[in-house]
Amino acid sequence: MSDTKKQILVCGGSNCHEKQSSDIIDNFRLELEAVSLDKTVNVARTSCFGLCNAGPVVKIIPEGTIYTGVTTDDITEIINEHILKGRKVERLLYHDPATGKILTTEKELSKNKKQLRIVLRNCGIIDPENIEDAIARGAYLALGKVLTELQPEEAIRIIKDSGLRGRGGGGFPTGVKWEIARKNVSDEKYVVCNADEGDPGAFMDRSVLEGDPHAVLEAMAICGYCIGASKGLIYIRAEYPLAVQRLKVAIAKARGYGLLGENIMGTGFDFDIEIRYGAGAFVCGEETALIHSMEGLRGEPTVKPPYPAEAGFRGKPTNVNNVETFACISPVILKGAEWFSSIGTAKSKGTKVFALAGKINNVGLIEVPMGTTLREVIFEIGGGIRNNKKFKAVQTGGPSGGCLTEKHLDTPIDFDNLTAAGSMMGSGGMIVMDEDDCMVAVAKYYLEFTVDESCGKCAPCRIGNKRLHELLEHITKGHGTRADLDRLRNMSLVIKDTSLCGLGQSSPNPVLSTLDNFMDEYIAHVDAKKCPAGKCRDLMQYVIIKENCVGCTACARVCPVNAITGERKEPHYINPAICIKCGACMEKCKFDAIIIQ
Amino acid sequence: MKKINSLSDLIKLREDLISGRKPSENADPVSGSVRIRVHMGTSGIASGASEIFHFFVSELEKRNIQGHVIKTGDLGYSFAEPTIEVTRAGSEPVVFGNVDKFRADEIIEKYIKNGELVDGVIPVNYQTITI
Repeated sequence: MSDTKKQILVCGGSNCHEKQSSDIIDNFRLELEAVSLDKTVNVARTSCFGLCNAGPVVKIIPEGTIYTGVTTDDITEIINEHILKGRKVERLLYHDPATGKILTTEKELSKNKKQLRIVLRNCGIIDPENIEDAIARGAYLALGKVLTELQPEEAIRIIKDSGLRGRGGGGFPTGVKWEIARKNVSDEKYVVCNADEGDPGAFMDRSVLEGDPHAVLEAMAICGYCIGASKGLIYIRAEYPLAVQRLKVAIAKARGYGLLGENIMGTGFDFDIEIRYGAGAFVCGEETALIHSMEGLRGEPTVKPPYPAEAGFRGKPTNVNNVETFACISPVILKGAEWFSSIGTAKSKGTKVFALAGKINNVGLIEVPMGTTLREVIFEIGGGIRNNKKFKAVQTGGPSGGCLTEKHLDTPIDFDNLTAAGSMMGSGGMIVMDEDDCMVAVAKYYLEFTVDESCGKCAPCRIGNKRLHELLEHITKGHGTRADLDRLRNMSLVIKDTSLCGLGQSSPNPVLSTLDNFMDEYIAHVDAKKCPAGKCRDLMQYVIIKENCVGCTACARVCPVNAITGERKEPHYINPAICIKCGACMEKCKFDAIIIQ
Repeated sequence: MKKINSLSDLIKLREDLISGRKPSENADPVSGSVRIRVHMGTSGIASGASEIFHFFVSELEKRNIQGHVIKTGDLGYSFAEPTIEVTRAGSEPVVFGNVDKFRADEIIEKYIKNGELVDGVIPVNYQTITI
C-alpha cells in the first residue's frame, strides 16, 4: 500500500453546486488527460465540506490545500500552478470571514466548523458492545473521579455551575434537580433515564444509546452517588430493539468489570441499573406518566407537585433525566464547569443534538453549540432545501413546538429564544418544510398525532384537541369560515391554559404558530377555498389548458373514472364533478397541458 | 473478565488499551493494516450496513489484506447511509457514504490498496471533544 498519487477532491453531493461540481470534475479529468497526468492524479467527488457559502470547494491531497469558489475557468491555473509547479493559487484560498486570515488546510478550517460533538463524542467511533473501546475513550473516568475525589455536594456544584439544562425539552437546570432529589430524605431513591423519545422525526436519544450506551450508564451512576440512590432504571420504548439490545450488553459488561453493581471501584458505592420497557406512548415522556408506566399503572400524568424528586417511583424520591442530559455529565465532571459554560449562550450552555428531517438535503444528526442560528443549521450544516425549493418553515420541538419562518432564521437557537419565537427547544427534532407544504395541513397532521396520543385523563386535552382537529379538517375540506379561525385560536388558548400536563399544554402550539405566521394561508383556505401549496385535495382542481392540449387522448385513457372527455386532436375537458383528483392524467400528459388550480 | 477494583485499575486498563499493551481491534491500525468502522445504528442497518460489514470481513480475508472491521453506532450522516470510516496505517481516517457492494469493492481496490480516493468521501464537518 503506497500513497504516491496526488488527488483532487471536488465537493458536490446533492447539495449546493451539483451541476458546477460535475463540470469541474469533468474538466479536471479532461485537462489532466491533455497534459498526460490522468494516470498520476486522481479526481474524486466528495460530499459537503460545510463551506457551502464559499463553494464549490476543491481540496488537493496530500497537501490538504483547500480552494473555494472554484469555477471551470480556474482549472487550468490549478493544474499548471499547483499540480505541476507546486505553487498555491493564492486568489482561490479561503479567507476566514471573521478575521480575514487565509486558511489553507482543513485542520485550520476545523476551527470554523459549526459542529461540536460532546454528546456524540463516541458515536461512530467505539463498538458499543465492547466496553474496552469505551474505556479507551475515557468512559467511567468521571465516575472514578466523583467516587474517589468529590463529595456528592461538590459534584452537584460542578453540574450546577456548568449551567447544564435538561435536554428532554423542559430545560430545567440539571444541578438544581439533583440537589432537590438529594435533599429529600428517604431510605431509597431512584435514578431514572428517560429514553422514551416520542417526537415524530426525532432520533437523538436512540443514536446515543446505540452508539455510546456507556455514557448514559456512567452518568446515571454519578447521579446515584450525588443524590444518594443505589438503583437506576432506564425507561425505553420497546420500538427501539437495537438500542435495548446494546444497553443490555453494555450493562452486563459494566457489571462484569465491576463498574456497576456492588462496591464500585472499591469505594463502597453500590449502584445497579435495570431496563424498563414502554409501549411507545408519547405522554409517557412526561415524567409523572413515565413513572406510573414503570410502576405498571396506566401511563397517565398527575398534577405536580409533588414532583418526582419528592415522591416519584414507588413514592420514593426520583430523579428523571433525559438520555442526552446524562450524556453531557462525564465531560462536565472531567473538563470542569467553566469549560462547559464557556460554550453556548448566556442562559443555555453547552451543545444540543438535533435530528434534521423533512425537505432538507443532509438529513441526519448534528450537534451544535447553543446559539448557532437556524440559518447555519439548515443552510450550512443541513446543506439547504432539497431540489432547490424555497424554504418555508421549520418545526422545532415536534408536536409540542411551533413553526418558525424565514424571519426567525437568524435567531440564535437556545431554550429562551425559541420559546420567545413561539416554538420550543423540545427534545431536538427539526422538521424542515418547503414551499410545497401546506401549513394548515401541517397543523392538522400534528393535531392528529396529539389526538391519538392524548391519554384522555383531562377534558381540555381529550375533547379540545379532538374539536381542534375537526375544525382543521373542516377548513382543509373547504368548508371553513373566518369565524372558524377565531374559534381555532380561542380554543387553542383555552386548551393550553387548562390541560393537566405538558402534552395538552403544548399541543395547540402548532396551530397557534401557524396562525401567527401563515394567516394568509388560512385565509386562502376559508375565503377563496384554495390551498396555495396545492396540498389539500378537496381544494384543488385539475384543469386542462386548451392551448397546450393536442388531443392525444393519453389522459382520457389513463383516467380511472372516465372524467376526461374530448375528441381526438381536439382539446380535452376534465369534469370536476367526476374527477377524484388522483393526478394520473397530469403524470401522463407530455405537453404540460394539465395544471392544478 | 478481571474486575476493576480501583480508579487506578481503570486508568491502567485505559493506558494499556491506548498504548497497545492490551491489544484492541479498534486501536489505530499498525503499519500494513487497515481499520474499517461500519456505522451500524438503526439507520445504517436499515440502509444495508450489515451486508457491507460482512462483505468487508470476508473480502479482506479473501484478498489477503490485514485489518479489522468494527461495528459502531451511527455517525449521523443519515442522508448517506450506509457510511464507513476507513483508516489506513499512518493516514487520517476517511469517511465514505452511500457504500454499496460495488463501492465497497472500489474502496478496497483503490483506496485500501493504493490510497487512491474514490467518489463518496464525506469531509469531516465537526470537531469532537476527547477525554
